[in-house]
Amino acid sequence: MIKNSIVMVKQVPDTANISGQVMKEDGTVNRAKLPAIFNYEDRVALEFALQVKDKFGGKVTAITMGPPRASDVLRECLYMGADEAILISDRKFAGADTLATSYVLAETIKHIGNYDFIFAGRQAIDGDTAQVGPQTAEKLHIPQITYADEILAVGESSVKIKKKIEGGYEILESSLPVLVTVIKDAAFPRPFQAKRIMAYKNAKTLSELEKLTEGNSLLYVDQLQDEYETRGLYIKTLTMDDLKLDESRCGIHGSPTKVYKVESVVLAGSHHQIVPPTKEGIGDLIDNLLADHILG
Amino acid sequence: MPNFFTDNKDLLFHFDNLDLKEVVDFYEDNYKQADKFNFAPVNYDDAKENFRRILEITGDIAANYIAPRSSGIDEEGATFKDGKVHYAKGTRESLDLLSKAELMGMILPREYGGLNFPTTIYMFAVEMISRADASLMNIFGLQDIGRTIVEFGSIEQKQEFLPHFSSGKYTAAMALTEPDAGSDLQAVKLTAYQDEKGNWFLRGVKRFITNGNGEVLLVLARTEAGTKDARGLSMLVCYGDETVKVRRIEHKLGIHGSPTCELQFNDTPAQLVGARRFGLLKYVLYLMNRARVGIGAQSLGISQEAYEQALKYAKAREQFGKPIYNLPVVSNMLIDMRVSLEANRSLFYNTCVWLDKKEMLETLVERLKADKKPVTEVNERLKEATKVLNLLTPLTKYLLSESSNKICFDSLQIHGGTGYMHEFGIERLSRDARITNIYEGTSQLQIVAASGGVINDILVEYFNEWEKKEYKGSLINLLGILKEIRVIFNECLKYIKDKKDPNIQDVAAKDLVELYGYIYIGFLVLNEANEDQRKVFTARRYILDALTKARKNAEAIKNELYSDILHADTILI
Repeated sequence: MIKNSIVMVKQVPDTANISGQVMKEDGTVNRAKLPAIFNYEDRVALEFALQVKDKFGGKVTAITMGPPRASDVLRECLYMGADEAILISDRKFAGADTLATSYVLAETIKHIGNYDFIFAGRQAIDGDTAQVGPQTAEKLHIPQITYADEILAVGESSVKIKKKIEGGYEILESSLPVLVTVIKDAAFPRPFQAKRIMAYKNAKTLSELEKLTEGNSLLYVDQLQDEYETRGLYIKTLTMDDLKLDESRCGIHGSPTKVYKVESVVLAGSHHQIVPPTKEGIGDLIDNLLADHILG
Repeated sequence: MPNFFTDNKDLLFHFDNLDLKEVVDFYEDNYKQADKFNFAPVNYDDAKENFRRILEITGDIAANYIAPRSSGIDEEGATFKDGKVHYAKGTRESLDLLSKAELMGMILPREYGGLNFPTTIYMFAVEMISRADASLMNIFGLQDIGRTIVEFGSIEQKQEFLPHFSSGKYTAAMALTEPDAGSDLQAVKLTAYQDEKGNWFLRGVKRFITNGNGEVLLVLARTEAGTKDARGLSMLVCYGDETVKVRRIEHKLGIHGSPTCELQFNDTPAQLVGARRFGLLKYVLYLMNRARVGIGAQSLGISQEAYEQALKYAKAREQFGKPIYNLPVVSNMLIDMRVSLEANRSLFYNTCVWLDKKEMLETLVERLKADKKPVTEVNERLKEATKVLNLLTPLTKYLLSESSNKICFDSLQIHGGTGYMHEFGIERLSRDARITNIYEGTSQLQIVAASGGVINDILVEYFNEWEKKEYKGSLINLLGILKEIRVIFNECLKYIKDKKDPNIQDVAAKDLVELYGYIYIGFLVLNEANEDQRKVFTARRYILDALTKARKNAEAIKNELYSDILHADTILI
């Protein structure tokens, strides 16, 4: 009962380590000033896929849509145990919102084919939309389970999953294939494996191979690609043309979402209130918090 | 996110300046291993890149995963219930993660699941793990046991045990000490006997066995009935199965996460490792020398963390209207700590490289002999390396373990009353450090082991060569001071030799060994300062301080401070 998984991962700016000069004058984020990291919940998603593989066998393919430097997270997927990593990269993908992104991802997944699970993190820490997973499932016309916490059982053509809901859990059963988005605490991602780090540290995407050939007339991209493929070090790179995509649905052209305004908000306390440590005082506080919908 | 490798400038300095090319070229069979293993390096630069990357993840795991668990491990400790030893939760989790990261067989060959790294690189990892949790080092550091099987075990033994060490499925223990055989291992009594088919069995008791609950035990046992000395002892390997009863575990001052067991062997089936009668004379000596270097790494890791905590606290703690960091007495203590730490590290990694070279030469000599090729030249190098290492190993163990106690002592002092409280990490570090100058041979034993080389001034050629080097600017003055310390050493040595009193020689050995240490480390830091501006202050403080101490050592000897030991019975009422 082999189960193949595709994991959608994303390289994100490290918003936990924000220093000065990160916000531009116009209120947008200066990504060049932020270190890029592996979106944590996507690592958890990869852990889910690897656990399925450990149990049932099969192949784990990690995919990401992003700029050339997103190859870093793909190498990290290989360090963790992914069998294959694919970069979906094209200048024409720039400026994509969740609609355009999920279109490209869904088409890529169709292109790869033969999968039982698609795993993704609940959301990425840069956009926080939590839309790309669900939209991808929609475009593939497959069921989706979001906020997954645990895979309870895997059958021949079905899966039972515990998902987190407000105030509790829900247990859902779905047919396969299914798209699953996972939450942060669902699993602890395994560490990078020493041998895989050493083996895959030189894995390269097409654009990285192209860079190697620059200024060296003895190196040819095609030959390098063959050589890297034989050594298992080629990170497959797919472009808009490779996937035969509709340009009007990609990147900025395919993105109806427009940023209306970005405001830089500095949080500062304005006033404080003293709550007496009595039953009455604390009761009033709880009532106020309930009224403001902070509690409940 | 913090990283104990990439955040540590001094560790990176030593890594960048490592000279392991000859060793790595040799152990990689000139990089032919790359044809068989996709993770083997294709050349020395590639190997070094591998080391860097693996130390980076080790530094990450140490800082972000193990260190946050250390106080919990100390609090819970290893426990003993229903005849079974249980690791603390944090110990289990840390070992599990290190196994998953494939770091449990760093120095084992690739065909047995290991990474085939030089010992020096492994020691970088041991230092960082020790910094995160000193007690975890006692289990992580047991990779030397696997290495001993690599060196002396049969092919079958290697196949049987090593892959499970690499995967982390088995942990090991070296069962040497007995109630009446501690520092004096010749007195080991545990018997190994054979049945009519020639199978070996073990019977007897071992005490103070670190990780004695391990799945595999390397046991020093008396195979030659009726003998009483080292020549009747052999090395055996066995499983920690139901015939090995853990009688109790010790309640210790520190390293609570590391279980220290009393073991009773009840006719435990065992296999002989290597040749009979060489147990203590060859194999344990090999293992112990490596373990002593390991304690050096543990001491260094503890020292680093104690220093970091002192520095952080001194900058945060305000008294008299300013951080205590700004009080000259405090910053002076911090400088002393930092300089000791860096000088220790210079000695440590120098010793590690010697160890790697020596083991490489040993293997090379054996290969050449097997191929009936001339060995004279390599043998000469091996003899030299052995001689140097026989001095540097005990010197390193002695100086680094004593120093880690001092650094913890000073760090706690900087913390003031807060440091004495259980809630702060420095209290634990001070307790953990206290074992380093006791186990694997006490400081007093290390001095005895080092003194032979010191009395014969075996490093004289190196000193002479370094004296002839050209040094920049102010370093010339420091060279002058080192020359002065050499004069002091030689005067003391002559004085002791002329005295011809074995009692005085015994007691004064400590001063002589320390004097010799100042000179060797002094040259190491001086040479580093010649290459790296950052090290100039380190060299200055170390060498000037060494002169002060050297004069004190010399005064003690020349003033016959120790002559009253003849009257010990009168004084010690």
